[in-house]
Amino acid sequence: MNENIPLALEARKITKRFPGVVANNRVDFSLKKGEIHGLLGENGAGKSTLMNVIYGLYSADEGELFIDGEMVEINNPHDAIDLQIGMVHQHFMLVPVFSVTENIILGAEVMKGTTLDLNKARQDITRLSEGYGLKVDPRAIIEEIPVGVQQRVEILKALYRDANILVFDEPTAVLTPQEADDLFRIMRQLTEQGVSIVFITHKLREVMDVADRITVMRRGEVVGTTTPQEIDKRGLAEMMVGREVILEVEKDPASPAEPVLQVMNLSVNDERGMGIVHDISFEVRRGEILGIAGVQGNGQTEVVEALTGLRSPASGEFYLNGKEMPYGNPRKLIEAGLSHIPEDRQRHGLVMSYSVADNMVLCTYYESPFAKGLQRNKQAVLENAEKLIADFDVRTPGPMVHAGKLSGGNQQKVIVARELSRPVQLLLANQPTRGLDVGSIEYIHKRIIEERDNGAAVLFISAELDEIMSLADRIAVMYQGKIVSTLQVDQVTKAELGLLMAGSEV
Amino acid sequence: MDRSTFWKGFFRQQRPLIILGSIVVIVILYFYLTTPVITEAVLASAVRHATPLVLGAMCGLLGERAGIINIGIEGQMLLSAFIGFLVNAWSGNLLLAVFAGVAAGAVLGLLLAFMSVTLKIDQIIGGTVINIIAVGLTGYFYQAGLTTEGKLAPIALGKLAEIPIIGRPLFNNPPITYATIVLVFVVHYVLFYTRWGLRTRAVGEHPKAADTLGVNVYKIRYINVILGGAIAGLAGAFLTLEAVGSFERLMTNGRGFVALAVMIFGRWTPLGSWGAALLFGVTSAIQTQIQFAGVIDIPHQFIGMLPYLLTIIVLAGMVGKSRPPAADGIPYEKE
Ligand SMILES: Nc1ncnc2c1ncn2[C@@H]1O[C@H](COP(=O)(O)OP(=O)(O)OP(=O)(O)O)[C@@H](O)[C@H]1O
Ligand SMILES: [Mg+2]
Repeated sequence: MNENIPLALEARKITKRFPGVVANNRVDFSLKKGEIHGLLGENGAGKSTLMNVIYGLYSADEGELFIDGEMVEINNPHDAIDLQIGMVHQHFMLVPVFSVTENIILGAEVMKGTTLDLNKARQDITRLSEGYGLKVDPRAIIEEIPVGVQQRVEILKALYRDANILVFDEPTAVLTPQEADDLFRIMRQLTEQGVSIVFITHKLREVMDVADRITVMRRGEVVGTTTPQEIDKRGLAEMMVGREVILEVEKDPASPAEPVLQVMNLSVNDERGMGIVHDISFEVRRGEILGIAGVQGNGQTEVVEALTGLRSPASGEFYLNGKEMPYGNPRKLIEAGLSHIPEDRQRHGLVMSYSVADNMVLCTYYESPFAKGLQRNKQAVLENAEKLIADFDVRTPGPMVHAGKLSGGNQQKVIVARELSRPVQLLLANQPTRGLDVGSIEYIHKRIIEERDNGAAVLFISAELDEIMSLADRIAVMYQGKIVSTLQVDQVTKAELGLLMAGSEV
Repeated sequence: MDRSTFWKGFFRQQRPLIILGSIVVIVILYFYLTTPVITEAVLASAVRHATPLVLGAMCGLLGERAGIINIGIEGQMLLSAFIGFLVNAWSGNLLLAVFAGVAAGAVLGLLLAFMSVTLKIDQIIGGTVINIIAVGLTGYFYQAGLTTEGKLAPIALGKLAEIPIIGRPLFNNPPITYATIVLVFVVHYVLFYTRWGLRTRAVGEHPKAADTLGVNVYKIRYINVILGGAIAGLAGAFLTLEAVGSFERLMTNGRGFVALAVMIFGRWTPLGSWGAALLFGVTSAIQTQIQFAGVIDIPHQFIGMLPYLLTIIVLAGMVGKSRPPAADGIPYEKE
C-alpha cells in the first residue's frame, strides 16, 4: 500500500481503564482510506475496547481521535454515526422480538409522514441484501432465526447506514467459511467504493487473506503493525501470544468403546412448528469425538438444544449410558455426566450479572465442597475459581468481577472451564472455540482430547471445516435437517466435506 | 413485530381476553333483550368505571414499554385528582382544573423518571415513594367541606347516542371519557406505527442495542414516563372533575394497582388494556347494580370484592404466560 494514502481515522495515545485493568494503554491506531485493517490480539487484549472508544460507547480516559485529519469528539454512538462510522458489534445488538426490518431501520427510520414506512424499508432492505448477496427475510423475527443469519442482519444494519468507516468486531466467529468468504467479497467491494474497514478476528487465515495491514495488540498495548506480505501465520500467532503456538491439533487415534449417547429417530420442530430436524439417529461412543459438520441452520443447533432440554423434540428417544435421558430435568442430566458448551454464550452459558466465580459453579453450587447443608462455602467457590482462572488463562481482574465485564473470548473460557471442571460422560460442545484466540484454542482442543482419552464421549459442532477435520474422529454431515452421511475423518477430504455440506453427493 | 405479524400476534396473545370478552358480550345481549334499560345503564357505568383503569394502564405500559416499571400510578392519580379539585375550587374553571391535574401527574412522572433513570433507584421503591408522597400530601392538605361548582357534563353525540346498546355507553359521555377513547387509539398508533414507538419498544427490550444505533435511551425513558404521568393525571382529573365532583381521602381506592393488572391482562397494548378495563368495568358495574337492586342476599362487602377478585384470578392465570418487555425494570448503565 502506498504510504501517501490519507488516513480515514487515527487514534492517538488512547488510554481506557476499567476497575482493575488498563484495557487500552496509550494505544496508537491508524486506518488508511480504503484499506482493510486487520486487528488481532489475545482474548482481553483490548480490541473491542478500542473500537468501542472509537464508536463512542466508551469514553477514553486519555487520548485523541482524528477523522480525515481533523480532531473530533465522539461522546456517544450518535456522534459516531454522524461521522459516518458504523460498527458490527462482537455480541449481537439486535432486539430479539423485533423483525429484521425493524432492527435494521431503528435509529434511521424511513417515514411516510408520521408513520413508519415499513413497506419501503422492506424493499430497501431486500435490494440491499440482494445487492450484497446477504440473504435475509425482512419479515423474520430475530429470535426465530439462526445466529448465522442474525450476523447477516448485523452486517446489513451497518451497510444500511452508508458508513465511511466500518468496524467489524469478530463478524466471522459464527459464519461458515463460505459465509465468511462472502463477507470478504463484500468488504472488498466496499473498500473499492472508498470505505475503510477495521476487521477483528481470531482466524489468522482470514487476516492473511483479506487485510492490507495488520495490527497486533497484547495486554492493552499495540505490539506492532505489519502486512500479510511481511509475516506468516506462525509469526502472527507468536506476535499475539508472545510464545510459539502449535496451530495443528496433535492427537492419538481414537479407541472408541461402548456407546454413551444413543439418539433414535429424533425430530425437532422450529418455533413455527416446521420440521427442522428430520428423524435422525446416531450414537457417540466412549473415547471418540463425533463432529457434526454442516452449514449453519441445517439443524445442528436444534439437535443439541433437544439433547440438553432447551427445546422439546417432536419425537425421538435418547439414551445416556443405556438409560433413557432424564429429559426435562437439567440437574439430573448434569448429574448423569452431561456437559454442555452452548452456542450462545451470553444467553445460555452465563449469568452476566453474576461473578466469574459464581458462574463457574452454576451446575455444582449445591454440592460439597461448594455448599454445606443450606450454606454456601464461599471459600471453596473462590478457590475453585482461582484454579480454573489459572488453568484456562481467563483474563479477568479477579474472580469476583461480573462475567458481563469480561471480553467475549474470556466469557467463553469461563463456560468451557466450568463444563470441563466436573467429571464428563458426554460433552456437547457447540462451537466451543468461538471467539477464542489461537493460544486458547490450542489449550481447549488439548483439553477436549484429554476428556476423550479419559473416556468421555464428545459431540462437537463447528462451522469451521479445519477445526472439524482436525479434532473429530468421526464426522456426521447434516444437511437440511438430516444426517446425509457419516464418515471416518481419514476417509474424507476437506473438499468432499464441503460438497456434502452443500447437499451434493460425493 | 411487523404490522401484519403484529395483528396475528395480537389476536393470538389476546385470546383469553377475546374469549372472556365474547362471553360477556353474549351475556349482555341476553340481558339487553330482557331488561334493556338496566343493561344500558350497566354498560354506561362500565365505560365510566373503565376510564380511569385504561388511563392508568396506558400510563403503566408507556413506562414499561420503555423499560421503567411504574407502580406509582395510584399516587399519580390521587395527587392529580386532588390538584384538579383544588384548582376547580379556586378558579371554577373546569378546563384549567383538568390541565392542572394532568400537569400534576406529569410532574410526578418526572420525579419517577429522575429517580429511576438518573439516580437508578430500584423502580419499585421509586413508585412507592410516589404513592407515599401522594397519600401524605393529599391527606395533609385535605380540607373537609371544600366544595366546587359542578363537574364535567355528558355531551350526547347526536344520532349516534341513540344507537341501541352501544349508543348510550359510547356516545353520551363527558369529555374525559371521550378523550380516553381517543387516547387509546392515539397511544396504539404512537406505539406501533411511529418512530417514537419503535424506539420506545427497542429501549424497553434491549436498551444497549438502541444505544448503539444512536437512540438516546435516557431521553426516551424520561419522556415516556412523564407522558405516562400526564395520562395518570388525566385519570385523577376524571375522578374529581368528571365522576364524583369532589375529593375524598384515598379516593383512588386501589385503581392505580388494578390498572397494572389491566395492563398485564392487555399484554402491554393500549387496545388490549381497553378491553381488559371494560371487562373490569362491567364487573364493577354489575357489582354496583347487584348491591343497588339487592337481588341477591349477600353482604355487600362480598359483592364489593368482585373486581378485586377478578384482578387476582386474572393475574394468577396470566403468570408465566405473558411476557413483559425484556429490559423492564432494569436501569440502563453506560459502559
Ligand atoms: N465494560 C467493562 N467493564 C469492565 N471491564 C471491561 C469492560 N469491557 C472490557 N473490560 C476489560 O477490558 C479488557 C479488554 O477487553 P476487550 O473486550 O477490549 O478485549 P478483546 O480484545 O476484545 O478480547 P476478545 O477477543 O476476547 O473479544 C478485559 O480485561 C476486560 O475484562
Ligand atoms: Mg472483543
